[in-house]
This record gives sequence, structure tokens and C-alpha cells, in this order.
Amino acid sequence: MRVMAQMAMVMNLDKCIGCHTCSVTCKQAWTNRSGVEYVWFNNVETRPGQGYPRTYQDQERWQGGWTLNRRGRLTLKAGGRVKKLLNIFSNPLMPSIQDYYEPWTYDYEHLTTAPAGQATSPVARPKSLLTGADHKITWSANWDDDLGGGPELTVNDPLLARVSEKIRLDYERAFMFYLPRICEHCLNPSCAASCPSGAIYKRTEDGIVLVDQDRCRGWRMCVTGCPYKKVYFNHRTGKAEKCTFCYPRIEVGIPTVCSETCVGRLRYIGVVLYDADAVLTAAATPDVKDLYQAQREVLLDPDDPAVQAAAEAAGIPRDWVTAAQRSPVWALINRFQVALPLHPEYRTMPMVWYIPPLSPVVDQLRETGHDGEDAGNLFGAIEALRIPIGYLAELFTAGDPAPVDGVLRRLAAMRSYMRDINLGQPPRPEIAAAVGMSTAELQDMFRLLAVAKYDERYVIPPAHPELGDLRERAHELEELACSLDYDDGPGMGGSGPFGESSGGPAPVAVETFHALKTRQTSDRLTDASSSRGRVNLLNWDGKSSEGVFPPKPTASSTDEGDAP
Amino acid sequence: MSAGNILLWVIVPYICIATFVLGHIWRYRYDKFGWTTRSSQLYERRLLRIGSPLFHFGILLVILGHVVGILIPESTTKALGVSEHAYHLSAVTLGTVSGVMTVAGMAILIYRRRTTGPVFSATTTNDKIMYVLLALTIGLGLATTVLGNATGAAHDYRVDVAPWFRSVLYFDPHTHLIVAAPIGFEIHAISAWLLFAFWPFSRLVHVFSAPVGYLTRPYIVYRSREAVTPRRGWEGSRLPVEPPG
Ligand code: SF4
Ligand code: SF4
Repeated sequence: MRVMAQMAMVMNLDKCIGCHTCSVTCKQAWTNRSGVEYVWFNNVETRPGQGYPRTYQDQERWQGGWTLNRRGRLTLKAGGRVKKLLNIFSNPLMPSIQDYYEPWTYDYEHLTTAPAGQATSPVARPKSLLTGADHKITWSANWDDDLGGGPELTVNDPLLARVSEKIRLDYERAFMFYLPRICEHCLNPSCAASCPSGAIYKRTEDGIVLVDQDRCRGWRMCVTGCPYKKVYFNHRTGKAEKCTFCYPRIEVGIPTVCSETCVGRLRYIGVVLYDADAVLTAAATPDVKDLYQAQREVLLDPDDPAVQAAAEAAGIPRDWVTAAQRSPVWALINRFQVALPLHPEYRTMPMVWYIPPLSPVVDQLRETGHDGEDAGNLFGAIEALRIPIGYLAELFTAGDPAPVDGVLRRLAAMRSYMRDINLGQPPRPEIAAAVGMSTAELQDMFRLLAVAKYDERYVIPPAHPELGDLRERAHELEELACSLDYDDGPGMGGSGPFGESSGGPAPVAVETFHALKTRQTSDRLTDASSSRGRVNLLNWDGKSSEGVFPPKPTASSTDEGDAP
Repeated sequence: MSAGNILLWVIVPYICIATFVLGHIWRYRYDKFGWTTRSSQLYERRLLRIGSPLFHFGILLVILGHVVGILIPESTTKALGVSEHAYHLSAVTLGTVSGVMTVAGMAILIYRRRTTGPVFSATTTNDKIMYVLLALTIGLGLATTVLGNATGAAHDYRVDVAPWFRSVLYFDPHTHLIVAAPIGFEIHAISAWLLFAFWPFSRLVHVFSAPVGYLTRPYIVYRSREAVTPRRGWEGSRLPVEPPG
């Protein structure tokens, strides 16, 4: 047993209202630069739908992730090392910009410069951000949001192709839900395995998967390798970029920007311990339907003294083990067993888990005039509504309906049981018994899913204090920099001697790091003056807007300031 | 030896070699972040799918041909039992095939660069200079090979150009050798030197990142937060100095 720690996330899909706040704040913090206009580290897609990039889940086409070869050994689906190198000059499996969407802006200037007195109002035409030419908008990151575009678009959902025609139509009439996605920070990341330069690495301390911007040479194989298409190619710098799990925030113990700003408060972040020696065996489980179970078994019980001893032997700090014991992620995955991994059949062991939505079932009951919170009705409906279960199973359990069924039943039981309590009626323990849980467990689960406060949803131990003063090592973070988000950085229109991308890497918000560190250790809110005059959501923690907005210009610092 | 010849065949080569070597060291230290292929595949992949492998595999063969033809002395191949005729035949065949592949690939890539909107917009001045030098060198190289053989009076570069090139590497330039070579070879050599001098400052640096290590390394790379490489020497500290407290 080789114990390692992993930062993991759970999203409760029942609560997602599809507002895209998470996407927008993430973009503002990380990909608000030229070269990554089309990139959404966090995106929210409507299911059923094509996803972003279009049909990324069709692995027969895109060949992402791992597969088992004839001898049952784990291999990259897109081909082994030699094949990768032979295709290095032109990667046939890389999506082109049209599969994402061509980024654009509008010619706003025309609105103010158009001559007065025209018969028609001036119009801000869309302009391509790649060529500057007029652009006809035909697709975007969430073009089919809320089933927009209707069945003609929805029908291209690769998951629907696996369910029958009848189910397909029923489904479209009855169900829709949102799926927010970030990088899965997989235990067995195929993006890293595909990188010829070895630039993508998994951090030993917290399992966060990062691209070393100084080592990436732009071979683009990671884009193919990731089955979730969560590595993106920055077309101006020629380097790959991906979700960083907001590691500068995580290191000081605060949640990612997407979690922090989530309107539905549906995200949970916590540490899980896992057995690194067991990962490859689990990922090579022969039957894809057993992968969910195998993946759950790779995780280790932090309350087990043997695990604790092994963790200590592996150098995992005590506070991390404690955090793993309090981890909401561990509880949702293994104690209550309501969180499922996204597409375990890709064999990357993804570490962002999802609680599948019960609301389509409840809505269906309500629409047909039934009591949507009655346990009997709900259980019956889950049984009868094979359609959403089949679809959810394609998403979360490689097509096996049984685990999805079980999760929905537990959620339904919790709903009914708690309703009785809330209405002052005698609680009915038989509801809990029907799903094999105790009433105390049901109440605990309710607490975690419904009322959990900030520090219960996010149990994030700060980076190891005994390994030295973070402040002294802050400069090292520059090397990991993904973000160019400071004003005169290469990504912001500045330019090194060899064009857009050259020069030293931008410090990934070294100033942010200091700001957060200080905020974390004191009550005093930090001085915003080091944020280089730019709105920077990486500093956002809901307590205050300091450090997020640039300082107001003072009279002494501006030429035209009104001196008293 | 005229001053012009010294300039062209001694001073220029050594300046270019020095620039090539020092330039790479400097760029690698200063600009790892800019060290990339800067692929344009995201914008367009249909033409790239044909042009890029054609060009790259072609140019790899060309490089191989140059190593054999220029770095290995005639005496060595003779000693290995390769007859003059066999050598010539294979050199001309391989040279022509790889040359045509390279030029065809390059033509497709340049056409693509010129006609695909996003690719054209992403082309920097640096790229344009690189393309001119590269195209000139490759074009002249192929022309000398093909024309020489077409006219039936192929020039044997192994008696002048090759020994001269090696003599430059030994720091004992035999300038009289290259001066005697046909003009086509001379211009090819000059443009190659210029290309080498420009190399470290262009995207051609990606050649030195050929990821052969991928064949042997473990699939998943683990790195500690601690193991990040130290700050570069040329950079002043960017840390805002905070007084404690
Ligand atoms: S989801 Fe993230 S860690 Fe997993 S393969 Fe894709 S980019 Fe890599
Ligand atoms: S912010 Fe939260 S509720 Fe809104 S789309 Fe994102 S995950 Fe869903």
C-alpha cells in the first residue's frame, strides 16, 4: 500500500441551475487572455446535448483515454508511444477550432463612430478573434444550452446514440439537466501519459495535474489523450493549458474559484487518500461496468488505523489525514455512496464526482399530478423511468443502471424522510431501511447535502507548513505558471523578443499568492496595490472584494487628478 | 586569398556557428516558455495533414543525407566498400526523393499559411524571415542536385564542399576548396549559414526538443511541489518585498 493524497471534488447536480457563473468566474481568473479565448477550464453543458467540444464523448472518433489491448493491458486508446511520435507532425485526432467554436468579439467601436442621421441604427458586427474578419456565429461553448436548437442538435449527443429511438424522444420531452465540468485531475491521467515532452505532471502532494509551461513544446498529444477534452491548446503561445484546480488558492486552504462562486453551492472539495499501487490494476479492470466499484476501492478509509499508519509512513502530514477524515468528498463517495465518477469507462480514474440529479424524476411526478416527495411514488417512478436512468448510467457508470438506481433511491429516501420531519409528522424509519441506511445516516446525508456550511463543504488543508515558509518559496511558483494574467505579461498583448509567447513566464499571481497567504493567516485584508491594476478574481473569497479590483487612482498617481 | 573570400568563407561561417551555439544556450535559458513548435493545427488540419508530414519526414531524410554526404569523408565510405557508383546512385535517388518531398510539403505549407485566414494572421515577421531562409536553402540545395544530374555533369561535392565544411568544423578552414566549387553550392552554403544564425531566434528551436525520451519514460510523471526548478539566473526577484507583520 502506497498512500497518496488527492484533492477531489463532488458536484451535486440536483442543485445546478445552469447559470454559468462558475464558467465565467473561472474564465475571468484564468483564461481571460488572447490565445485562449475559446477555452473554458470550467464549462456547463446541458444534457442531453453535444457538449464542448462537440461530441467529445465519442471516443470511437476522438480516441481519448485508455483502453485494454488484446492481452488485457492498459494502453492509450489513441495509440502507443511510437505511433504518437510518428503522428507528431500532424495529429489526426486533435479537434480543430470549429469543434470548439471560433471565438469572436463585436465591432463596438462602430456604434460610436457611425455617422449620425442614418436611416438605420448602427450595428456592432461580430468579428472573428482569429482573423479579425466578419464572422458568422454558428456555434459556441454552450450553443445548445437548455436544449436550444432542438432535437436536430440534441440528436448528435453521442450518449443518445446508445439508447433506442423511442427512449430518445421521450427523454427529450421529459428531461434536461446541467453538467458542469472541469478537469478531473485523474489518478491515471492519460493527458500526462500522452505528453511526449513529459511536461504534464501530477503533484505528489495533492494530486493536482498541471502543465509545466516551460517544458511544453506544443506537440498537442495531450489534447487527444484527455477523453474529457480538458487540455486546451493556446494558439498564441503554442502551449497546452488546463484547469489548475486553482492551486494557488488550494495551497492556502481556500476553494477553487468555480466552487467559491457557485450560485447553487453544489460543489464540495476535500482530500481523499488512495492507494497509488492499486491504481493501474483498478484502471485495467476487464469489464467497464466494474470500473465504478474498482475506482471506489482504490480510495482508502482515513479512519482505518492501518491506513493512517501507512499515510504517516508515506510522509502525509497529520493535518491532511485529519482533513481526509472530515472530507465531504469521501463521505459522499463511500459513506453515503451517492457520488459517481464521470465516464469511468475512460479508465483515467477521474476525481471529480457527481451526485446524479433526482429532480427529473420529481418533476415528472409533479407534472403527472403525483406527490413528488412521497417515498412510494418516488421509488416507483425511479423504477418506471428507465430513460433517465439509462442516460445517467451512460454518463456515470459505463451503462450499468444498478448504481444509479441505488443513488437515486437513497436521495429519494432522504427527501421523503426529511419531509415528514419538516412537516412535523412522525418520521418513518422504514424509508431509511428500504434503502439500507440508518435514520442517523440519512440525517447526516441531509445535513451534508442541504445545510452544510462553507467549512463543511470545503475541507482543504493548507499546503504543508512544516515544509518551509510558503512565502520564501513563492517565487518558485513562477515555474508552474499557467496564468499570464498580469497587465504587461506576454498574454496580455505584450510581447517578448520572439513574438507573442516568448520571454519569462508570467508569475502565476505571485501577488495573489502573497495576498492569499496573508489573508489566510491574519484577519487583516490585504493591500490590493500589488495586483497590477487589473480585476483579478483569483483573489475572490467572498469575504471582501479587496485584492480583486484594482486600486482607485489617487490624485497623486494620475496626471489629471483633481488636486484639492 | 581575397578579403571578400575570407569574409564569406571564414568570418561569416564562424560568426554563424557562434550565434547558433550561443543563441541556443541563451534562448534556452532566457526563453523556455517561448520554446515551442507553435503549431497552427488548431486553425486548419486538412492541408496540414498532407503538408506537414511530407515536409518533416522529407527534411529528416535530407538531414540524414547531409550527415552521410558531408560529415563522412569519401575515404571512409570507400573503406567500407561502397563503390563510387553505388554511392552516387543512392545519393541522387535519396536526395531527389527527399528533396521533392520536402519542397512539395513546404509548398503546401506555405500555400496553407498564405490562404488560411487564421494561420496567416498568426504568422509573425520572425516566421516570414525563417520561411525565406529555409525555402532559399532548400530550394538551392534541391536545384544543385537535380540540375547537376539533369545536365549529366553532376558536380562531386565530396571533393570540395564536404572537406571544406569539415575543415571549418576543425577550425582549419580550407577556403580554396569552397571557392573552387560551383556557384550554386556556394550560395546554398551561404544561405545555410544565415539560416543557422537565425535558427536559435526562430521557432526552428523545436528541432532540439524532439521528444525521443518519450519512448522510455514512465507514462505518468509525478512531481513534487518542492521539486520545481529554481528561479532563472537572469531574473531579478519579482517578489514584492513585504515587511513582516
Ligand atoms: S481530465 Fe484532466 S487529468 Fe484527466 S486526462 Fe483530462 S486533463 Fe488529464
Ligand atoms: S455556478 Fe453552480 S449552479 Fe451555476 S452553473 Fe456553475 S455549477 Fe451550476
